Formats: sequence, C-alpha cells, structure tokens
Amino acid sequence: MKYDMQIIVRSLGKNFGAQKVFKNLNFELSDGQSLAITGPNGSGKTTLVRILCTLIRPSEGAVQYYDNGSVIKLEDVYSYIGLVGPYLELYEELTALENLRFFARMRGIKDAFNRSMNLLQRLGLDGRGDDPVKNYSSGMRQRLKYVFALLHEPHVLILDEPTSNLDVQGVNTVYGIMTEQKKDKILILATNDQADVKYGDQQIAVGP
Amino acid sequence: MTKIWQFALFLWLTVVIILAFLWAPLAEGLGEYTRIIYFHVPAAWLTVLSFLLGAIYSIIYIKKREIKFDLYAESASQIGLVFCLLATVTGSIWAKVSWGSFWNWDPRETSIFILLLIYAAYFALRSAIEQEERKAALAAVYSLFAFVSVPFFVFIVPRIYSSLHPDPIVNPEGRINMDSKMLTTFISSLFGFTLFFIWIFKRKIDLIGLKLNLKKMEL
Amino acid sequence: MQLVLKAWFIFQKDLKQEFKTRYSINAILLFAIVTLVTVSFSIGTFAASAEIKSSLLWIILFFAAMSGLAHIFVREEEKHTADTLKLVAQPMSIFLGKFLFNFILLIVLEIITLPLFFAVMNFSVEGVTVLLSVLLIGSIGLSAGATMIAAIIAKASAKGALFTVLSFPILLPVLIAGISGTKIAVYESTFKAAGAELQMLFAYAVVVITAALLLFDFVWKE
Repeated sequence: MKYDMQIIVRSLGKNFGAQKVFKNLNFELSDGQSLAITGPNGSGKTTLVRILCTLIRPSEGAVQYYDNGSVIKLEDVYSYIGLVGPYLELYEELTALENLRFFARMRGIKDAFNRSMNLLQRLGLDGRGDDPVKNYSSGMRQRLKYVFALLHEPHVLILDEPTSNLDVQGVNTVYGIMTEQKKDKILILATNDQADVKYGDQQIAVGP
Repeated sequence: MTKIWQFALFLWLTVVIILAFLWAPLAEGLGEYTRIIYFHVPAAWLTVLSFLLGAIYSIIYIKKREIKFDLYAESASQIGLVFCLLATVTGSIWAKVSWGSFWNWDPRETSIFILLLIYAAYFALRSAIEQEERKAALAAVYSLFAFVSVPFFVFIVPRIYSSLHPDPIVNPEGRINMDSKMLTTFISSLFGFTLFFIWIFKRKIDLIGLKLNLKKMEL
Repeated sequence: MQLVLKAWFIFQKDLKQEFKTRYSINAILLFAIVTLVTVSFSIGTFAASAEIKSSLLWIILFFAAMSGLAHIFVREEEKHTADTLKLVAQPMSIFLGKFLFNFILLIVLEIITLPLFFAVMNFSVEGVTVLLSVLLIGSIGLSAGATMIAAIIAKASAKGALFTVLSFPILLPVLIAGISGTKIAVYESTFKAAGAELQMLFAYAVVVITAALLLFDFVWKE
C-alpha cells in the first residue's frame, strides 16, 4: 500500500462544558515525522490524542488527514491509525489470539495468524497466545496492546504513555518500534517521561 | 414581548375562564363537568405541541451541535410535562364523570399516559448524565426515537383495539356538533392557551440566552 | 457489503464472549424462570383466562429482556473496550452486530421459556404458527429497540433502572400487539385473524430499525 500521508491541525480547541481543556493548537505532520505531546497530568494530552484518533470531536478548529493530497473522510480515519493507551483495553475473556483474530478480520488483514505470532514474539509474548487476557499482568497487557496496534501496519502510530508498565526489555522494544515508525511513517506520542520525549522531532506542550 | 401584549394575553385568558364558567351552556348528562373540555383539550394539545417542538429542536441540535438548541428542547419538554400531567388529571376526572371510572385504558387515555412516560424517561435520562454534550446528544436521540414510536399509539393501536373490543368506547372529542357558544369558548380557549405556551416558551428561551451569555463571560 | 460482514464478525466475537461467560443468557433465563415459577405458584389451581395468560407470557419475556439485553453495550463501556471497537469498525456495523446478538439471545430465551410456559401454565393455542409468527416478528422490533436504548444508557450512570424506564414507552407497541396477537392465537389458527397485529409488528420493526440506523451514529460517536 503506497501512502503519502499528512496530518494538519488548525486552531484546535476542546471544552467540556464550561471547562476549557486547550485552545488554538496548530501543527502539521508528514511521513517520516514524529510529534511528542507533553504536559502535566490532567492537562489534556489524552484529550488531544483522542481527538487525533477521531474518538471525540473538537470544540473548535479541525484535524484533517490527507493521503496523496486528498482529504480522508473523518469516519474512515480509524483504519489508518494504531493506538496504544491506558484507557484502551482488549477483551479479557478471550485469549490473546482470539482477540487478534477478531481484529485481523475487522481490519481485513491477510495472513493474520503469522503476523500475530510474529508480533507476539517481538513483544515478548510468545507462548502466551492462548491465555485469556484477564490472566495477563499489566506489563503483558501493555505489550499486547502494541501487538493490537501494529497488527495492520498502521501508517499513523499514536502512543499514549508508551512505556508505562514496561520493564527494561519492553521499553527497548518500544524504542525500536518508535524508531522504525518514524523512519517513513508518522509517529505521535503523548508522555511525561523525559526519555521518551526525544522520539518526537516536534514537540507540543498542552496545558495551562 | 411588550407589557401590552402580556396584559392582552392575560385579559384574553381571564375572559376565556369567565366564558367557560359563566357563559357557555352545559352539555346534557355532563352538567357542570362540561367545563372541563375547555381546559382538558388545550392541555392535551399543548402536550403534543411541546412534544413536536422538542423533537424539532432535537434534530436541530444534532445538526448544529449548539447547546442552546438542546436547552430549547429541554424547555419545551418541561412545559410539555406539566401540561401532560394536567391533561391526564383533567381527562381522568372527565372519564370518571362520563364513563364511571377514573381510568379505562381507552386509546386516548393510553396515548396521553405514554407521553407522560416518555417525558419522565427523557428527564430521567438527562439527570443520569453529567457531561453536557453527551447529555444533549443522548437526550436528543431518545427524543427522536420516542417520536417515531408515538404514531403507533395514536393511529395504529386504536385499530387493534377496535377489532378486539366491539363495544364502542365513545371518544369525548368525537362530539363535533357543539353549540355555537360552546364552540366559541372552546376555540378561544385553544387559541389563548397556545399563545400562553408561546409566551412561556419565549420567556424560557430568553432565560437560556442570558445563562449562556453569562457562561461565555465567565470563560 | 463490507459493513454487514464486519457486523457478522462483531456478532461472532460477542457470541464467543457469551459462551465463555454465559453472563447474559444466565441473567435472562434465570429471570424468566423465577418469574414463571412465581406466577404459576401464585395462581395455583385457579384457572386463569387465556387473556391473562397471554399477558403474563409477554410480561415475562419483556422483563427478562430488560434484565439482559443491555449487557452487550454496558460491558463494552465498563471494560473500556468501546474505544477499541471504535478503532476497528464503523458505527453501523457495531449496531447491526449487537442487534443480531440481542435478537438471537431473545429467540433462545423464547425457545426455552415457551415450552415451559405451555406446560406450567397449562396454556394451549389453536394457532401455533400464528403465535410463533407473532413472537418472531415481535422479537425483531423488541430487540432492535432494546439494542438502541442499551447503547444510549451505556453512557449514563444508574444503568439498570434507566434501561427499563427508557425502554418501556418505546417498546409498548410490541407488547400491546404481541399480547393481542397471542390472545387471538389461542382461539384462531389463521393468519388473517391476527392480521392487524402482525402488520403492526412488522411496521414497527421496520420503523425502529430504520430510526436506529439513522440515529445510532449520534449515540455512538462523541
């Protein structure tokens, strides 16, 4: 699949009722670029992430996704995105492989089984594919979220708190993933961790 | 609304009440209870009008996403709820007098009761959601979803009941031949109460406008 | 038809979860059986009329539905998988998939409850096919409406009571026509006899599904 993507954010603002979360955010991202969103806890990083994923609507301004110069309809954006975040969970009662099989079918991924096994191995979860997710530790769940996010080779990878719950090995794997993504695709991360922030060529601070 | 119009409206309604109690003749069999018709029917009519208005503003909110439209829909529903209660109670009194019992589950009675349930459900939903935008969106959807099910009560259920119950349940409003004095009073009441509704609704809209302006200044 | 295919996958996923936890089916089955037993016990040897038995059947089905049909959305919200689902599917597929699940759930409930009801309540009908048609078409409308309301209340607090409060006025036409159709089936075996009821149930199903498909987007998306 040949993509040439761009994300353009103009005058983006979000209020929840009377509470203003942020306003007038502007940035642009193209292939091979990455963005780090920083800010104290509760500052609206997650809100911004969710707007970028089209999970919620902005109050003002707009996010536009482009592929080869033409606008991608907002309701179709989800198919280009892979998201990892603390508020995103997988189906506990199902096994990891059952979860992945479902997502693969939904995404129309060919050769899903092999891809799943490879990713599980890469994230250090091989052999655990047939365990129900509810038996996973929080570290394992975080890794599994990466498998879910990477399954369809997303052109835009968005990571909210990329290294939370991970041990040293996990953190290194994630750094590898981030490096790979920002080479020729788009990477967005939201974090407070100083070590993670440098994976964003651009930085944007959210908060009062 | 200038003071003059306001005064005129109140004068009109006062005259209507006087006409209803002193001038209009009584129908046979009902005696003094005839007078209910001048208040019950307008109340029922306003309930329906409010319901319609609520649905319209719900659609507008969904299209435009401006919170004021949701608040208009809420206002219309508040007024609707009050008149629905009035209509149900007055209708029940009338039923007792005409047919002997307070509640018969005749199609009209059932319809007004369903509307009451829908209004109550609407407000229950609103109070169960904290976040303003979410509350507005979900309330609007419920409002519209309820709206499409109402025609089933008003038009279709009576067909089923007529096929089941052969004995004619006389619909009070079926009496078209009204004495001219009764008709005058009736139409005047209907007209007056509709204006009353418009007046209350406009006051509520003005209030909403003020509240929203205040919020904007605080931001 | 990508949309429908995805809906089918979602249905299968929900089915798999249900097999593993048996949460919804247990809830509604238990409710139905407890209610049936209570009703039968309290009526005892008293011969209830066909009218009353018809009403009781639908009361049991309706309230059993109320105790289990919201789970399909409430669970997604409570377990934080709603966003995950949003990232892999459009709203339409999600609604269709979950509507199908609730419909099947309701049918399974009826398959189990109906024979029990016939036996325990000494209920017999002339027009079995009429009764089954009324139940089938009624279930389509009932599950469609309930699925939509479930999506609405999943995002509110106090979900349990709210689900019934919101559903009742909307689903009432199904109850009315369903009970009426059931009563007719007791005495008649032709479809014509229950024609008005069947037509209304069908019209209702069409209207509710259409309205749900149009409005679901606004419930599901923030």
